[in-house]
Amino acid sequence: MQKSLKRYFPIFAFPTLAAFTIGFFIPFVMGIYLSFCKFTTVTDARFIGFGNYLKILSDRTFLHSLWYTAAFTVVSMALINVLAFTVAMLLTKGIRGTNAFRTVFFMPNLIGGIVLGYIWQLLLNGILANFQKTLTYNSAYGFWGLVVLMCWQQIGYMMIIYISGIQNVPGELIEAAKIDGAKPAQILFHVTIPMVMPSITICTFLTLTNGFKLFDQNLALTNGEPSSMSELLALNIFNTFYGRTGYEGVGQAKAVVFFLLVALIAIIQTRLTRTKEVQH
Amino acid sequence: MNVRKAKYGWVWSIFFSLLSVAWVFPILLVIVNSFKKKVYISRKPFELPTGKMFVELENYLRGIEKIQFFDALKNSLFITVCSVAVIILCTSMCAWYISRVKSAFSTGMYYLCLFSMIVPFQMVMFTLSKLANMLHLYNPIGIILVYLGFGAGLSVFMFCGFVRGIPLEIEEAAMIDGCTPIQTFFRVVFPILKPTCITVAILQAMWIWNDYLLPYLVLDIKRYKTIPIAIQYLRGGYGSVDMGAMMAMLVLAIIPIVIFYIFCQKYIIEGVVAGAVKG
Repeated sequence: MQKSLKRYFPIFAFPTLAAFTIGFFIPFVMGIYLSFCKFTTVTDARFIGFGNYLKILSDRTFLHSLWYTAAFTVVSMALINVLAFTVAMLLTKGIRGTNAFRTVFFMPNLIGGIVLGYIWQLLLNGILANFQKTLTYNSAYGFWGLVVLMCWQQIGYMMIIYISGIQNVPGELIEAAKIDGAKPAQILFHVTIPMVMPSITICTFLTLTNGFKLFDQNLALTNGEPSSMSELLALNIFNTFYGRTGYEGVGQAKAVVFFLLVALIAIIQTRLTRTKEVQH
Repeated sequence: MNVRKAKYGWVWSIFFSLLSVAWVFPILLVIVNSFKKKVYISRKPFELPTGKMFVELENYLRGIEKIQFFDALKNSLFITVCSVAVIILCTSMCAWYISRVKSAFSTGMYYLCLFSMIVPFQMVMFTLSKLANMLHLYNPIGIILVYLGFGAGLSVFMFCGFVRGIPLEIEEAAMIDGCTPIQTFFRVVFPILKPTCITVAILQAMWIWNDYLLPYLVLDIKRYKTIPIAIQYLRGGYGSVDMGAMMAMLVLAIIPIVIFYIFCQKYIIEGVVAGAVKG
């Protein structure tokens, strides 16, 4: 079978391979190369070594956005997961109307980042107007605005994943713990949580990478204002590319650093939580 | 324990009902404001559009004209539907090929797909947009190819995971009965892959429909706008934003999604769970 299938390579594998090469592989390799070049378009690239990377180190806005993004990611990840898990626990107890609640909580997820950003801009600015302030008054308002927005968007999604995880915990296990005299808190921490660890791995992974890569919501909600102080990394990179001529190389170098950070976080996170998973 | 749960069940039901209302409040607020005269939107966002604040459908008409909403809707629909269809077809075929043909190419392709899933778009955005420009992919048909390329990683990975679970004997039987690989794929393998197809289709559709940056950089946006681009375009330069038109267009942007969600809710939720487990 392998042999006859092999002759069909042009039909089966070629279209995806070609598109993958154009849409991902070439841009990726070129991106790495260009991060060592000075250029304004792709054709006038001149190799300059680590110059772009050195410029990043002295770029205040980049370092600020790095910390801003890190803080945002950690805070939103923690809040989203704790809240989503709590809601999932309650919605697996057979409360009347569970399906309707699930439907409602999940819905914001389908709305795109740009639209979400403007929805929350209206709401949050409306509330802040009572205190004569706006979202762009200082970067803390933008920060918490984004956190609230992300919670609203992602809790439903994570809740769905947690619910399926919790439903897969065998009932006998909980019963056995109860008969052995375990208190509800003990059951939660020693039975339920270890058993849903795979879901926790997935959800923390998703919230971490989503938070770190956030762009649309940031663009629509505050657009980095006041003066780039509420700029997340992705937006900072975008503005370096398209906002300042002559800085394309620096933008590309930032993008490489960004990619390395995302990859590093993804690897460390999966390693950490995978080791806590129980086999059954 | 069970008795106590039943006793307090209604308290939780009320709690979650209130929470659900709070959850949809932001959307309701936008709907309410879309009927308000634009100067009152930032000034009195929490009041109902009564008396001189109420403008009927004025905001909608102005917004539709300003951003050519129906062109954007058409573009978004075309790009999303075609890209998802092409992704499903091409990546399922490719995944079957690389799972069944053991070669250096197959292994390499699989790991590259896995790798591409963690690469953020910012890493390739500049070079990708320049390359797409060089290859004249800046129209709604060309962007399908870009989406196939950038979306291939996740889809190939998910299809591969599923193809491994299909017993080889079924396919071999079909081949012995005289099926060509193409017939084997479409008559035997593809029907088995259907649940994965739905999962992949939902995940990709959610991404492509809402995607802003990729079409913004790849498409010739003077001629082709998608809905997110059209909405961002309303914000324009630095001047004041036409809040009336903005609210109306946000409502129009949400409506197709909500309708889609109501009809495909079961599949969407199952798709998300299945996608998460495989990912």
